[in-house]
Amino acid sequence: MEISSEDNNLMEKVLPPVEQESDVELETKVKKYLRGEGANLETLKDKKLKTQLASREKLYGKSAKAAAKIEKWLLPAEAGYLETEGLEKTWRVKQTDIANEVDILSSRNQYDIVLPDFGPYKLDFTASGRHMLAGGRKGHLALLDMMNMSLIKEIQVRETVRDVAFLHNEQFFAAAQKKYAYIYGRDGTELHCLKERGPVARLRFLKNHFLLASVNKSGQLHYQDVTHGGMVASIRTGKGRTDVMEVNPYNGVVALGHSGGTVTMWKPTSQAPLVQMQCHPGPVSSVAFHPNGHLMATSGKERKIKIWDLRKFEEVQTIHSFHAKTLSFSQKGLLAAGTGSFVQILGDSSGGSSHNYSRYMNHSMVKGYQIEKLMFRPYEDVIGIGHSMGWSSILIPGSGEPNFDSWVANPFETSKQRREKEVHSLLDKLPPETIMLDPSKIGAMRPSRRKEKPSRGEIEAEKEVAIEAAKSTELKNKTKGRNKPSKRTKKKKEMVENAKRTFPEQEHNTALKKRRIGEDAAAELPSSLKRFARKN
Amino acid sequence: MKIKTLSRSVDEYTRERSQDLQRVFHNFDPSLRPMEKAVEYQRALTAAKLEKIFARPFVGAMDGHRDGVSCMAKNPNYLKGIFSASMDGDIRLWDISSRRTVCQFPGHQGAVRGLTASTDGNVLVSCGTDCTVRLWNVPRPTLEDSNISSENSIEPSATYVWKNAFWAVDHQFEGDLFATAGAQLDIWNHNRSQPVQSFQWGTDSVISVRFNPGEPDILATSASDRSITIYDLRMSSAARKIIMMTKTNSIAWNPMEPMNLTAANEDGSCYSFDGRKLDEAKCVHKDHVSAVMDIDFSPTGREFVTGSYDRSVRIFPYNGGHSREIYHTKRMQRVFCVKYSCDATYVISGSDDTNLRLWKAKASEQLGVILPREQKKHEYNEAVKNRYKHLPEVKRIVRHRHLPKPIYKAMAIIRTVNDSKRRKEARRKAHSAPGTVVTKPLRKRKIIKEVE
Repeated sequence: MEISSEDNNLMEKVLPPVEQESDVELETKVKKYLRGEGANLETLKDKKLKTQLASREKLYGKSAKAAAKIEKWLLPAEAGYLETEGLEKTWRVKQTDIANEVDILSSRNQYDIVLPDFGPYKLDFTASGRHMLAGGRKGHLALLDMMNMSLIKEIQVRETVRDVAFLHNEQFFAAAQKKYAYIYGRDGTELHCLKERGPVARLRFLKNHFLLASVNKSGQLHYQDVTHGGMVASIRTGKGRTDVMEVNPYNGVVALGHSGGTVTMWKPTSQAPLVQMQCHPGPVSSVAFHPNGHLMATSGKERKIKIWDLRKFEEVQTIHSFHAKTLSFSQKGLLAAGTGSFVQILGDSSGGSSHNYSRYMNHSMVKGYQIEKLMFRPYEDVIGIGHSMGWSSILIPGSGEPNFDSWVANPFETSKQRREKEVHSLLDKLPPETIMLDPSKIGAMRPSRRKEKPSRGEIEAEKEVAIEAAKSTELKNKTKGRNKPSKRTKKKKEMVENAKRTFPEQEHNTALKKRRIGEDAAAELPSSLKRFARKN
Repeated sequence: MKIKTLSRSVDEYTRERSQDLQRVFHNFDPSLRPMEKAVEYQRALTAAKLEKIFARPFVGAMDGHRDGVSCMAKNPNYLKGIFSASMDGDIRLWDISSRRTVCQFPGHQGAVRGLTASTDGNVLVSCGTDCTVRLWNVPRPTLEDSNISSENSIEPSATYVWKNAFWAVDHQFEGDLFATAGAQLDIWNHNRSQPVQSFQWGTDSVISVRFNPGEPDILATSASDRSITIYDLRMSSAARKIIMMTKTNSIAWNPMEPMNLTAANEDGSCYSFDGRKLDEAKCVHKDHVSAVMDIDFSPTGREFVTGSYDRSVRIFPYNGGHSREIYHTKRMQRVFCVKYSCDATYVISGSDDTNLRLWKAKASEQLGVILPREQKKHEYNEAVKNRYKHLPEVKRIVRHRHLPKPIYKAMAIIRTVNDSKRRKEARRKAHSAPGTVVTKPLRKRKIIKEVE
């Protein structure tokens, strides 16, 4: 052991400081890929299991390290950034400044499409960010290829369109229209009319589960399986009409924001909400989820944006700004808020350790444009803005994930790859029961129901604390003879006694004694008669 | 001010020419894959179901014998060949790939009870109830005549007549000795018409014999006095002997751990022993509901196959208490002999219904040449199944087997009997003075005594 530790010291001495630093960097990356703590093997008594688990843990460690090294050395692209010097501020940087700095390919992503007649536009991107769907309120549906900036198909449905959503790939999309929701194919043909749902206000697609979730005008939440068309769940929320709906990408839970200021979270297998949070005093105007699923942003009509930690259901930050009509998180955790014709991008200045969102960029559009929908384009430093006069696209450096995975979402997907992926994702389709607040519970052991009894020492310590607290309480000043010192000491004594009484130590002892007596009696009996001995 | 935005040129991320492979990129970031654990569990479930769907273990039957198949022998020199002998004295060499007889070895008058081939595969030794030991020269397989259908017959190269009927024969590894079991244990040389050595311990006849694959001079026998005996040819008498409660029908040494042997017992269980410590079994393999007739180890040493009088063939892990697989068909009768093929891919069983049956060792394995991608997929499926094997749904699907009704009923009866025995034992223990009733562990229970 000594020799090996010496060796380690030697190694540390030999390594140049740069490599040591990179080791620390690698450690943090390994931690990300380990996905939590390893099993505690010290407490295990079963030697066979222990060695099996130890070898398993070793394997996990190895693969995490390999993944970290790949991330460090092999990934082809680096994230975008916006760095200022001196007195410059990032939020003073205009889109025109950015356009001057970046390459032509990026600057193509700054544009405004003006379509004043079809009025406020809703947007949706595919998971790879390659295709965009725009739905104008006055019935204009357009499917676009964002890579080569071409229009694939546009149709006019001559009805109010309230929301649009892509299904699992760009081949199908759904639109919430005046009376019913419809599913269209890539070439604009109407494939299905979803009559069961009634007039739908918001549509969202759950990619892993192939569920099309919608909330209708009377506040009913519907889940429909798009693979076989069956209605999986239809839930009456009982909270009235709402058009604030978002899916938590981490676990598939649907969140609804209501006019009473509550946000409720739903899964298809229960009629009652999983979570009900009072987020704002007034109506909730929009909800957004961080891609890692731990943060939720809500905005209320009282001009506040709140960031919530979903692991503790606690408010992390309140941002006093404006009444944000729409919120959106980017893949790298930037938060966009839009109101009127103004877009504000908030960035996490703490770097993810403690969430502290502050302004990162601003963008003002032409006065009079009313922003309807903000949505970051996946795998690009671009945000799409749907507004009353068409849609626009601006550059937000550092918002998108720089490296895509061909098996998850590929912007350069060929049709053959798309077909193959469709089959695979159908094979991996999750049943609706897997939607739960903590999806890591799936495939894990259920913890034992039995509560561990506190040990004697712990009870003693708790008792001490309680007695101390009782002794140190300040008594109020009373009148009419109740404030005499004798009365006060009596009162204090009583309080101490009360504190003691909550810990039934004395009784515990006697019970133990009794049991011992019973045990002695049982020990004297022949073993066949033991079962008749009194059980305490 | 420094600004950089993501911009991907199509050239960098797509292939240059249409003949190239598509470029793929990896990013292992967990946040890109939400619900990955649920997806993996779903894949494990699908893999378990697919395994059940593709489980088609029966490859084919080899018919030709006119009586029940009594014994088989592998040809260590030739993967496709297997010898089999039947109760009417017929010996055949089969070509497994075409499932046809290559040649016959006529000569025996009564049932052939023992069959073995020398390690170089040139000499076949057979013995039977007609008190003869016959040596045959095995025809050399050539590429041209491997598919000849004409059933050419071969004369024995030597015939030795002896005093008693024989029950079994086994050839030494890397030597020219072979041992026959009958009224006593006889050691023979290829060139001598009389045994070079004879062993006897007690008066009962020896029913099986097997040479150790590691030490050529060590062999194990079982006798009808319910004993398992280990002999060392370098000594004049037996080395070790145990008496069990029931007879051992057959013995197999583990080829990878040659000190360990597994005995196929009449009570339906197999007992794995350490050859150096016979007073306690290392593992008891229970599942058959009737006598286990024959046993053979996989060349990998991780599994063995057993054939039973309950008309089924089972495959056990070498260290597991229960079988991982059961094979049966409607037409298969009492199984008298089983062999694992030399490449550990197939299992061959010979039964009373005069047929040899060829089974896959892994019921759902894909045979033939497998592409690397297919291979990877199989490995992945195996890994996820292994990862989630303890979860109830996966476990249920993987464990599910359809059993013939007689076996199912017999299992239920055995379970009832065992439960009642256990209850009775517990009551007896409760009503006796503490310490007077000692429950022996199962590994020791069936062993009566060890004789030095």
